[in-house]
Amino acid sequence: MLNWIVGFTILIVKLGVVLLVLLLLAAYLVWLERKFLARLQIRYGPNRAGKFGLLQPIADTIKMLTKEDIVPAAADRFIFLLAPAVVATTALMMFAVVPFGSHLTLWGRQIPLVITDLNVGLLYVFALSSLGVYGVAMGGWASNSKYSLLGGIRGAAQMISYELALGLSLVPVVMLAGSFSIVDIVNAQAKYPFIIVQPFAFVIFMISAMAESKRIPFDLPEAENELGAGYHTEYSGIRFGLFFLGEYVHLQILGALVAVLFLGGWRGPILPPPVWLFMKMIFVALIMIWVRGTLPRLRYDQLMALGWKVLIPLALVNIMVTGAILLI
Amino acid sequence: MTLYAIIFYVLAAVIVVTTGLAITRRNLVHVVVYLVFSFFGSAMLFYLFGAPLLAVLEVIIYAGAIMILFLFIIMMVKTETFEERLFPFRQWLPVALIGVVYLVIGALIVSSAPGNQVMLKIALARPEAFGEYLFQRHWLAIEIISLLLLVALVGALYLGRKKAEDDI
Repeated sequence: MLNWIVGFTILIVKLGVVLLVLLLLAAYLVWLERKFLARLQIRYGPNRAGKFGLLQPIADTIKMLTKEDIVPAAADRFIFLLAPAVVATTALMMFAVVPFGSHLTLWGRQIPLVITDLNVGLLYVFALSSLGVYGVAMGGWASNSKYSLLGGIRGAAQMISYELALGLSLVPVVMLAGSFSIVDIVNAQAKYPFIIVQPFAFVIFMISAMAESKRIPFDLPEAENELGAGYHTEYSGIRFGLFFLGEYVHLQILGALVAVLFLGGWRGPILPPPVWLFMKMIFVALIMIWVRGTLPRLRYDQLMALGWKVLIPLALVNIMVTGAILLI
Repeated sequence: MTLYAIIFYVLAAVIVVTTGLAITRRNLVHVVVYLVFSFFGSAMLFYLFGAPLLAVLEVIIYAGAIMILFLFIIMMVKTETFEERLFPFRQWLPVALIGVVYLVIGALIVSSAPGNQVMLKIALARPEAFGEYLFQRHWLAIEIISLLLLVALVGALYLGRKKAEDDI
């Protein structure tokens, strides 16, 4: 019984720490994005609240929390209220299988530095990511507005299309590691990170990941200049905040996935493992922000053609080549 | 009652209630949402029984892919509200008939099976074991199903192309 209580306490503490870090990091990723994007566009970015605008995320959070929560009269109330929660929860839950170190020894107990090491960890991430589509689609439909509906439909179509490329690009990684467990995948990269042997998979994954998180150049579901703000046009206050949070948590989880699947995860010299994972995540996020500052938005047919006619065939060829090489 | 039993009954209740709601709602989008909850409950049940791979596949394929396609269609169709009764009598008859037959068979199985008093051990199926079992024993069935899906895909493509050409 005592063992059970201790195990449970450790789990709760781990969950608390990871959630806290994820939420804080999401807030500061917004700051980082605004600052970095501003620099790319030769502006200053937020610089009023605190030194270098460092208090801006906190001010934004307070603003969103205290704003009125409006539900449009014609909206479908039940689904309208549910949708933002779906987006935020699925994004937050994905982090449960990402390892941020090997293990910690405290008072003679080994504590693995991962919330749970599922033997189907990678598929768990895909399952949650495919459920996240509902938040976007339902939010767009429930608002009962044309722009929102268009945004929701675009979002659903885009996310299910790119999910295929995302999944297929990772099959070679699973083949190399021989396991779906993300802990095993990181352990398989003890000698060299997989980006060296799987550069194509890395590129396909990065592009699909950007499309999955609906960022420029793939931000058609919320294209400001054609759809208002797409599926979250009608949302206000903290419900809009939850969509926003989901998006930035998604950015983090994709950064973390790129890090653990291709860049060796928490492995690195001198610095402690969680710091390495953190640095790699921020590095990937910075690349994505850089891409956002560089490329224009794709047209809808270009988006679909890129996903179905370029990325998926490439990923399939990559699987065949990897399989042939593994067999030899 | 063990912890597993409690979790089982909670999940079972969730599945039954959400499925019940799904077949009685008028609003099609609500139906899809409840069905997704139901699939999610079944996935949890698979996980509880020691089959995490089946659990995630259930979520990815049923909840994540098939239902999203349903939702996609429903969102684009203008849903009409029907004035007639939810279940007219001529629909009740087959439902009741099949339901009674199912209940009788279920009761017979539960009361007559010798194994129903034995507590089953929890077995954890690894993804590798599952894959080997599937592809070593049932490879022919898998090939036939894949061929069928390919034919369906080509057929859908043909129909879509033809319609697009007719429109021009």
